Amino acid sequence: MAQFTLPANSVVKPGKTFKCPTNSNNIKKVTVYRYEPDNGENPRTDTYEVDMNDCGPMILDILIKIKNEMDPTLSFRRSCREGICGSCSMNINGSNTLACTKAVDDYKGDLKIYPLPHLPVVKDLVGDLTNFYAQYASVKPWMQADTPPPPDRERLQSKEDREKLEGLEECILCACCSTSCPSYWWNSDRYLGPATLLQAYRWIADSRDEATGERLDELEDPFKLYRCHTIMNCTNTCPKGLNPAKAIAEIKKLIAARRN
Amino acid sequence: MSLRTPLSEAKGLGSAKEGASHWWLQRLTAIALIPLAIWLAFAVAKLGSADYETVVAWLSNPYVVVALIIFVAATFYHTQLGLQVIVEDYVHGWLKIVTLVIINFLCIVLAVIGIVALLKIFL
Repeated sequence: MAQFTLPANSVVKPGKTFKCPTNSNNIKKVTVYRYEPDNGENPRTDTYEVDMNDCGPMILDILIKIKNEMDPTLSFRRSCREGICGSCSMNINGSNTLACTKAVDDYKGDLKIYPLPHLPVVKDLVGDLTNFYAQYASVKPWMQADTPPPPDRERLQSKEDREKLEGLEECILCACCSTSCPSYWWNSDRYLGPATLLQAYRWIADSRDEATGERLDELEDPFKLYRCHTIMNCTNTCPKGLNPAKAIAEIKKLIAARRN
Repeated sequence: MSLRTPLSEAKGLGSAKEGASHWWLQRLTAIALIPLAIWLAFAVAKLGSADYETVVAWLSNPYVVVALIIFVAATFYHTQLGLQVIVEDYVHGWLKIVTLVIINFLCIVLAVIGIVALLKIFL
């Protein structure tokens, strides 16, 4: 049955405040969710007063500055700092996005930074994406073809067919969309979620792939696919501007099309 | 703690290879209910505070009864399909099965009551 309150050991308590060490006139108050698995304590929110006169323009710059100069115990994932690796996805002021491509100036007032919603938290802003990656693997995200490629060259694809993959192949699997989806919150054990379904459609839409029928067979399921109720949080939140809801609708249309 | 691999957990029991009919019929019944509901609202408004005989006379028109029976059937079918989705979303375990069975029974019973009532007046 649906659970409406947090378990006692998950209730978020107020934490410490880290004052700005300089006398800056340009201070940003950043509240960050903190959880340490080892000390048995509840999660807390620590507040950092960051000197923006000595900080880069992006949210990720703030986090790196906090970790380097104020509190080295803060954990978060980051790698490419240019929106192509998908590591620094997190919930900033209530919506999921990439910390590295989101400018501080896009937000007025204080910042609140939480991990992606409804994932088991490993530590601080690091969520456990094991199930997310396993679901991605379960749709066999690689090309399947019985026809061997021509011996002397690659498999050819027309320009028109290649264009059908635009808006799909840009997905970086940051999990912003899936973890913003209420259907995924309640049923992530069985619903594949927008990211995995967009990736599944990326291979269904590929003119070189020969397993379209098998892929649709595997997806036609009340939970794997039809938990999508076109809530559209996925499309609203995607930091790459993609449209997972449309990809899911295309899968539903293809399944309907082959029935009559 | 489970020692199954994450991929095994994600694959679960595999695909049920259904769900398309449910999705399609929910949309079909929704489309059917748009004109039916508008027609019924206008018809009832037109009847207004008409007396018993007028309403019975209205219900003796075969076109009216056919439309009303389709309205009742589509309404309760659509209700059943919609409630099933909500229950599957939010209720888990044995309680889900029990709730789904109760909803199915209730919708069928209510639909049959409505249709029999209409036929009793008509016939």
